Amino acid sequence: MRRLLSAIALAGATFAGLSAAAAQGKLKVGFIYVGPIGDYGWSYQHEVGRRAVEEAHKGKVETSYLENVSEGPDAERAIEQLVRTGHKLIYTTSFGFMEPTVKVAKKYPNVMFEHATGYKRAKNLATYSGRFYEGRYIIGQIAAKMSKSGVIGYIGSFPIPEVVSGINAMMLGAQSVRPDMKIKIIWVNSWYDPGKEADAAKALADQGADIIAQHTDSPAAMQMAEQRGIKAFGQDSDMIQFGPKAQLTAIINNWAPYYVERVKLALDGKWTSGDIWGGLKSGLVGMAPYTNMPDDVKAMAEATQAAITEGKLHPFKCPVVAQDGTTVECKGGANLSDEQILGMNFYIKGIDDKLPGK
Amino acid sequence: MTLFEAVLLTVITASTPLLLAALGELVAERAGVLNLGVEGMMIMGAACGFAGAYLTGSTFIGAACGVAAGVAMAAIFALLTLGLAANQVASGLTLTIVGLGLSGLIGGSFVGQKIEAAPQAHIPWLSDLPLIGRALFAQDGFVYASWLLLGLTAWFLYRSRGGLILRAVGDNPHSAHALGYGVRTIRLWAVLFGGGCAGLAGAYLPLAYTPFWVSGMTAGRGWIALALVVFSSWLPGRLAIGAYLFGAVSILQLHAQGAGLALPPQVMTALPYLATIVVLVVVSALRRQAGSAAPASLGLAFVPER
Repeated sequence: MRRLLSAIALAGATFAGLSAAAAQGKLKVGFIYVGPIGDYGWSYQHEVGRRAVEEAHKGKVETSYLENVSEGPDAERAIEQLVRTGHKLIYTTSFGFMEPTVKVAKKYPNVMFEHATGYKRAKNLATYSGRFYEGRYIIGQIAAKMSKSGVIGYIGSFPIPEVVSGINAMMLGAQSVRPDMKIKIIWVNSWYDPGKEADAAKALADQGADIIAQHTDSPAAMQMAEQRGIKAFGQDSDMIQFGPKAQLTAIINNWAPYYVERVKLALDGKWTSGDIWGGLKSGLVGMAPYTNMPDDVKAMAEATQAAITEGKLHPFKCPVVAQDGTTVECKGGANLSDEQILGMNFYIKGIDDKLPGK
Repeated sequence: MTLFEAVLLTVITASTPLLLAALGELVAERAGVLNLGVEGMMIMGAACGFAGAYLTGSTFIGAACGVAAGVAMAAIFALLTLGLAANQVASGLTLTIVGLGLSGLIGGSFVGQKIEAAPQAHIPWLSDLPLIGRALFAQDGFVYASWLLLGLTAWFLYRSRGGLILRAVGDNPHSAHALGYGVRTIRLWAVLFGGGCAGLAGAYLPLAYTPFWVSGMTAGRGWIALALVVFSSWLPGRLAIGAYLFGAVSILQLHAQGAGLALPPQVMTALPYLATIVVLVVVSALRRQAGSAAPASLGLAFVPER
């Protein structure tokens, strides 16, 4: 009798162990998006990445997402919600989620976090981003070749380093072709407000810009450029169907390979914190086909893209001269260091606007 | 087109959805019903408006679908607050949340599609006027509809017997009921009108403003419309001033930035709100009249005694 009992107990224990293993086997991965997945821009591209993870690790992962999470204190609640529902790997995909992610990561040391475009890391908090400035250097060169008025119109979201470095990279590219290029910058103080983005694009066009670039997430500006018969660059995803005659190219955020690889590491138990900042070479940043431009401009753009990919050309090669005429200290050898680019809070020479807050 | 004309043109496009949505809400609130679901009704109007226009190729049918969607949302709200006497604030907020979610679902298959923008109707002779002609009289149908609705609403509320009864229902539903007026029926019509206007305002966004659908594209315009109603002290004339002022400052601050004016963009973004509040408060202070404030029974459920 005793033997029977212990056998049952043993069987029970094995069974419990098995089911625990089964529960552990499926890794729950959560994503926090700043916009709706239907924005056809930033959040949409992350969503494409999430679906790629589902596809690549079928049966081994369970993914979920929260969209339209506003940056700030509310994000903390959203991230915690994912933790409490058993998510072990959580992606927070906007710069403004940095502080909330840091806070939650501190509270739950056994959960892995990855924050996009930020710079604060911990043992269980990695950061990742794209070297989008590489693409912006290329579009700067194209803009300088294509513009008749010599004025670029730039729609900015928030004056944070990522956006500022994008503006600088574009101008450096433009100046490399045409030193007297001008740029007009309008901040819409939002990542995502199609109406406002269109209004900003109209204002820029009305003030003489004939090439529109944007660092906001909807295709409104592209569509406006199409209507007005001017040119524009897509952002986040290929926006050619919104501007078949307007789009010159688009800087594409390609998160999928990165997400698939990182989730695999987590599944294998080899995930470690760190910082991944991939560019054209790693495929994290991609360029849409070069369209609506003469062959020589296209050839130039392709050559520049190849040079950057091969590491022969760095958009922030020294010397970089700041707006006030001082030469920026060169901390990265032949070019600015990654820290300098990630923390960029100055405009380069040739931009007439004043950087907000400076 | 001169810069002045270009600015005026964009100001009108930016203000029209605010004016439309706020007009409808004004009528509902005048009848004593506070519907905080404007944003939700607008976004449903946007999603269904785009769907209608995309599937049929007709802006007019799209606009009609938008209005219908707004009315349908308002009907749900009316069922809750008028039929079941539920709390108006809670029901309105729910309506917004439902609308934002449902519109994403309806619009899901239309993401990345585009349509032709609403055609502009040039009014002969008037559209040739210098300076203002192009901006005022070569607009799309939505803009003319908003002006027509503005005039009709103002006339109805203050020059017609129906309007008098509607306002009475908003101020003192019990007296109106005692006089034999169907308080809940009148409120129902007011709420449905509000929904239709919000739906039309929403449809304006994907049909004329930025001719594509993306979820959440109303981006808080419903809330601005709600605030405009309060700051206009429930008067249609002031509402129009407020809506156009808000649109004008929003556009002008963009132009100021483009021209290199060195003000922090955060201040610039706050400017339309500040300017609208200041102007409407000053207007109210200058022309203080008894009884021009909030409808006395705003937000209170009415259950007829038996």
